[in-house]
Amino acid sequence: MASSKELKVSAIENGTVIDHIPSENLFKVITILGLDKISTQVTFGANLDSKKQGRKAIIKVSEVFFQDHEINKISLVAPHARLNVIKNFEVVEKSDVTIPDTIVGIVKCFNPKCVTNNEAVTTHFKVINKKDVALRCHYCEKITTQEELRFEAS
Amino acid sequence: MKNRSLVSINDFSKEEILHILDLAEEFEANPNQKLLEGKVVGSLFFEPSTRTRLSFETAINRLGGRVVGFSDSASSSATKGESLKDTIQMVSRYADLIVMRHPLEGSARYASEQSLVPVINAGDGANQHPTQTMLDLYSIRKTQGKLDDLNIFLVGDLKYGRTVHSLLMALSNFNPTFHFVSPEELRMPREYKLFLEEHGIPYYEHGELSEIIDEADIIYMTRVQKERFSDPMEYERVKNAYVLKRNMLVKTKENMRVLHPLPRVNEIHTDVDASPKAYYFDQARNGVYARMALIAAVMGLK
Ligand SMILES: [Zn+2]
Repeated sequence: MASSKELKVSAIENGTVIDHIPSENLFKVITILGLDKISTQVTFGANLDSKKQGRKAIIKVSEVFFQDHEINKISLVAPHARLNVIKNFEVVEKSDVTIPDTIVGIVKCFNPKCVTNNEAVTTHFKVINKKDVALRCHYCEKITTQEELRFEAS
Repeated sequence: MKNRSLVSINDFSKEEILHILDLAEEFEANPNQKLLEGKVVGSLFFEPSTRTRLSFETAINRLGGRVVGFSDSASSSATKGESLKDTIQMVSRYADLIVMRHPLEGSARYASEQSLVPVINAGDGANQHPTQTMLDLYSIRKTQGKLDDLNIFLVGDLKYGRTVHSLLMALSNFNPTFHFVSPEELRMPREYKLFLEEHGIPYYEHGELSEIIDEADIIYMTRVQKERFSDPMEYERVKNAYVLKRNMLVKTKENMRVLHPLPRVNEIHTDVDASPKAYYFDQARNGVYARMALIAAVMGLK
């Protein structure tokens, strides 16, 4: 199953492999999932060759299994990410991320006059277009589009 | 609607809008009803808006309630760096209702989430001003006898004009035909035109006021402000194309009415004021009844 290229990132016994992350968003995925704050082993690789998207990144997390609502948080930065759940060195489950109906936190509202950019308020959006990504702010009601997506520093 | 905050006109169903308009009609017929006796309203104006504040305070006084608060942020604790959250947490422990004007967009929704009592949005930046929309709807229904199937002309700054955007959304429940009259630079934003197209509502765009207004049931005028233009020369070139004069009303419909959210600058010539078709001052008075109705509804008094 594993080609020699993929072996550059070591295999794990139990945990989750997140594949097909755009290389430039690797660290956003790490922050969004809080992988910079956990104590189990995390290995990652960036700028790997990918047939699908040119350069991809991959993350392997030992002993961590994600709930759908947790992993779907990365859908805006890694819409084509694929999860491989590993048990005993074997892939036991594969799944894709999906964009949720609402997004709380993670994304900044593009409107500089929005209350979320001026007071300590967690952002909250309704996803009104999943294909082209358009998010309506629950507070100022303005629409943030794909090109305007900015992520909260955490 | 009891204990619900009023943040955005988009939160109202058609039935709720009609219910509020009926209540406003009751208050117009009988404007002094002491329903708020013994109640205190926190009036928080983080930016000055004399007109809106006076209208709310009149409504509260006619209902027999009392007002505490401030009329601009210089006299509030916000100048000491207090967060909006803390101000709302505190005032909602003093008052039975909060009326809030704030320059940040979305501040009203946030305040409603932090408050223990209902919050009425008296304007949150360029976002929403639902009591203005309600008084506009009330004025239209009162002068036309209905809200359905009307020819509505929106004139002036259609790009930044918060009131025209909210009015457009609210009227979309009532099968209107819209005419947009504006300079190129201040045209109705694409998102609203898309909304109308998705809902099968016809609209037409015009570059200047012309005899096309003879078809109007309502002409809703707004200010064209110089600072909205990237090129001041362009403003000088177009500014007179959006000034309504009395002689332009000669062939308009008998019960057509001219509305304006006020304050006006020069976009309605003062010679229009004496015309029976001028309605903007009565429109302002209607604001008191619309606000009485909204206050009574959220307080569960009607
Ligand atoms: Zn916003």
